[in-house]
Amino acid sequence: MRIQHDLVIIGGGPAGLAAAISARENGVEDVLVLEREKELGGILNQCIHNGFGLHTFQEELTGPEYAARYIEKAKALSIPYRLSTTVVDLEPSGDGVLVTSVSREEGLVQIQAKAAVLAMGCRERPRGALNIPGTRPAGIFSAGTAQRLVNMEGYLPGKRVVILGSGDIGLIMARRMTLEGAKVLCVAELMPYSGGLKRNIVQCLNDYGIPLKLSHTVVDIQGKERVTGVTIAAVDEKLKPIPGTEEHFDCDTLLLSVGLIPENELSRQVGVQLSPVTNGPKVNESLETNLPGVFACGNVLHVHDLVDYVSEEAVQAGRNAARYLLEGRSPEQKEIPLTVAGAVRYTVPCTLSPQRMEAETVVRFRVGRNLRDALVRVTADGKELLRRKRPVMAPGEMEQVKLKREWFTGQEKEIVVEALEAKEAQ
Amino acid sequence: MTVYDVIVIGAGVTGSAVARELSRRQGRFLVAERASDVCEGTSKANSAIVHAGFDAEPGTLKAKMNVRGNQLMDQIAQELDVPFSRVGAFVVCLREEEMPKLEELYQRGLKNGVPDLELLTGDEAKALEPNLTDEVCGALWARTSGIVCPFALTLGLAESAAKNGVEFSFDTAVTGLEQIPEGWLVKTNQGDFAARAVVNAAGVYADDVHNWVCGEKLSITPRKGEYCLLDKTAGCHVGRTIFQLPGKYGKGVLVSPTIHGNLLVGPTAVDDPDREDTATTAAGIADLTEKAALSVKNVPMRQVITSFMGLRAHEAGEDFVLGESAEGFFDAAGIESPGLTSAPAIGEYLAGLIGEKLGLEDKPDFDPIRKGVPHLAAMSPEERAEKIAENPAYGNIICRCEEVSEGEILDAIHGILGARTLDGVKRRTRAGMGRCQAGFCSPRVMDLLCRELNMDLTQVRKNGGDSQIVLEKTRG
Amino acid sequence: MAIIELTCISCPLGCPLKVETDGAGQVVSVTGNTCKRGEAYGRKEVTAPTRTVTSTVKVEGAGVPVVSVRTKTDIPKEKIFDCMAAIREAVAQAPVHIGDVVVENVCGTGVDVVATKDAE
Repeated sequence: MRIQHDLVIIGGGPAGLAAAISARENGVEDVLVLEREKELGGILNQCIHNGFGLHTFQEELTGPEYAARYIEKAKALSIPYRLSTTVVDLEPSGDGVLVTSVSREEGLVQIQAKAAVLAMGCRERPRGALNIPGTRPAGIFSAGTAQRLVNMEGYLPGKRVVILGSGDIGLIMARRMTLEGAKVLCVAELMPYSGGLKRNIVQCLNDYGIPLKLSHTVVDIQGKERVTGVTIAAVDEKLKPIPGTEEHFDCDTLLLSVGLIPENELSRQVGVQLSPVTNGPKVNESLETNLPGVFACGNVLHVHDLVDYVSEEAVQAGRNAARYLLEGRSPEQKEIPLTVAGAVRYTVPCTLSPQRMEAETVVRFRVGRNLRDALVRVTADGKELLRRKRPVMAPGEMEQVKLKREWFTGQEKEIVVEALEAKEAQ
Repeated sequence: MTVYDVIVIGAGVTGSAVARELSRRQGRFLVAERASDVCEGTSKANSAIVHAGFDAEPGTLKAKMNVRGNQLMDQIAQELDVPFSRVGAFVVCLREEEMPKLEELYQRGLKNGVPDLELLTGDEAKALEPNLTDEVCGALWARTSGIVCPFALTLGLAESAAKNGVEFSFDTAVTGLEQIPEGWLVKTNQGDFAARAVVNAAGVYADDVHNWVCGEKLSITPRKGEYCLLDKTAGCHVGRTIFQLPGKYGKGVLVSPTIHGNLLVGPTAVDDPDREDTATTAAGIADLTEKAALSVKNVPMRQVITSFMGLRAHEAGEDFVLGESAEGFFDAAGIESPGLTSAPAIGEYLAGLIGEKLGLEDKPDFDPIRKGVPHLAAMSPEERAEKIAENPAYGNIICRCEEVSEGEILDAIHGILGARTLDGVKRRTRAGMGRCQAGFCSPRVMDLLCRELNMDLTQVRKNGGDSQIVLEKTRG
Repeated sequence: MAIIELTCISCPLGCPLKVETDGAGQVVSVTGNTCKRGEAYGRKEVTAPTRTVTSTVKVEGAGVPVVSVRTKTDIPKEKIFDCMAAIREAVAQAPVHIGDVVVENVCGTGVDVVATKDAE
């Protein structure tokens, strides 16, 4: 079957829903959301803990509650969506893209879309990516898989647990497994700091007396059929295990919370250029990829810390997709590259066109190390546009600055986003 | 007690190949396997290479079986629906002074009857494989070398055997052999079985089985080989299998595309008497990373999605042990590399000997064709649409990385030797073999196993034994 | 008299707080904080810490085995495990809607446990 739509949104999680709502509110009638799960909401459905929505709703919602707000809104706007529908192929076609999806109900459907929003989210890094030595028995889970098993299927994956990685999902699962009667023996973190929120360290580990071992990693996994033990060791500055520091834990489970990777298989297929730093598409200030009419937002673009920022970014993507559809493709513009300096690892977007940009555009970024008494500075060809003091900056937290159109002449060669400690600035 | 004509001990690639060749003949055959599925030992953890045959000493069984196995592979792959491709292989020489050894290897290949061998200069080799290191000063090009899916080959042979009447008994560990008037009493943890003849295809345990009944003893030492498997984005880093000429740095490691488009790096080689230890080590992975870099530059080791260890059944005599070692007792022992390549030839050879010994007649209705689980992701949109129209379950994607549908998983579960475990589904469909390594699909595959086999989630296992995945229900 | 060390969670700064109490458990001083929120957090955390509990409850008659729930507001921290015991015992009947009370006044805290998702 071959059909046509103006705007296809790939993914019905927080990013896809907010993008769809925003596109509709900005005048796009013909929007279709494709979701591979049986329900809308994406990963939020298994994130039953609270702490979502403080920025957006000034309330502490749980994941399903946060998702429900957007699902209700999408339904109120009668935005069509397909569930249990997986996009298997994406290719440039005519003035837009050809989206191939499969589902039980409709079989294989090819959709010619004038524009598309990529909102596929991200996935967890597996054990193999870390080269953790040892055996390969049952009982090794990524934290998100364990989360699904506990929160949605109602099963306990293990009773004596070691967790590697102190990202938020790992911390949340430490508490969740403890509340369900498991004994969490420790959380080991390779880096000298945790990538998780302070609040989660306090409320998920400290509350339950779970030790956090910074600068530690798993050096061996034992057990032939099911995990029987895990050995951890301290690491040196180069993150290499230090012989003699090994500590053994008898356990039946190892949870891994060792990072998230944007899920860009489809983006790659269609020819979207990816950033080697974020593993997400390179986008301009409109969150548009190198392919005209193909936008990206949420964790597929770069991994976010808070869902509130995902929603915010998706609103922007939806609005820009609407503008693209209603006003047509903008003529070739001069694109000013955004480059990074100091502790800044990347920026989203990577380029900016003063002619095309809205009155104000958000630049999101992360730093690569902990900074205290920090300074964020944006310059264009050496001219300072913006300077902000930040008492603390951490790799685990996404940062943002807002750039105004009026600051630019269009003749700039380069915009630099920089973060450094005030003492380094002198 | 039923007396089987033949009992094969072990459902690895060798045992399965023997079983399939036996099934061309009339008789009652049984394969006894200690694990819960086929392909659970050495057959699942190796280089997945169909070797050309230049490596083995001329005149050895290894040389003969390798060359014959290589010849048989096209037909086997076609009959059994096994992914196989003759991508060719380079053996690269890294030091000018070792070039004579490359020539030696070439001559050995000629003696073994390997077709289409060619010696290349370093520049010629680098023109064909741009990622070879500057150190490469020459290469032996073996065009008949290939890559194969070892799971599909083993499963294909076993299912073809089963389709033609061979019985399989899993979770069945053979504990002893006793001579009886009819032949052999095969004692197992599931009770005793009798057979006129026994085939020993017990992998790293084949010396134990042999030594129960034979005066001349065998000694197998597992030779451990660690591998890293890289993401498909790295799959085109080389177009052929790149071997290193054995030399100053030992045997070297290979870098090869796999038949499914990943990149494989390995193996290390460490002898260790522990026959159960398949734990990977930091030292091993560091070793193979370093060695791979000698022949192939910029191997993107950051793209590793999994690492594993295989145990090669290295026999002290250095050659395969094939044939009737005691009355009605046939060995297929010491099957290390090139065992995967040789399996079809070993099957042919041993089934021939056994058939003659027992006077087994040909089976006129032997069906050589076996179909594997269809692979929808590889189909054209039209074909795929048609398959989904036939069975909507093919439209429900379960594994996003390898794009495996519910329908394919159901086919795997309900196949002739159906999957019973997560790993069983994985080897039959590739669900869970992609870059997220089952993080996404494992709960979904578990649900399907429960539904189809009428189990509770706590009963679903990763492979055999006590490999339960979830331990209890959280709510009554 | 005691000094209790805490990490402030009011903002990403994560100030290390020292909360001094007298013999009666009353807060005498909070130090280490950068702002007023830190002081308030320190006082509350030492005298009357509270938490929201989130978990799942068995649900009957729905397409899913469990439905996610939360305490509607915070409950005293020391009641977390009692609250979990009550949640473990509870059974909801489909259809369940967001906000439906699943356990009333859990463990005498005056706080209800409510569903955070629909289950039909």
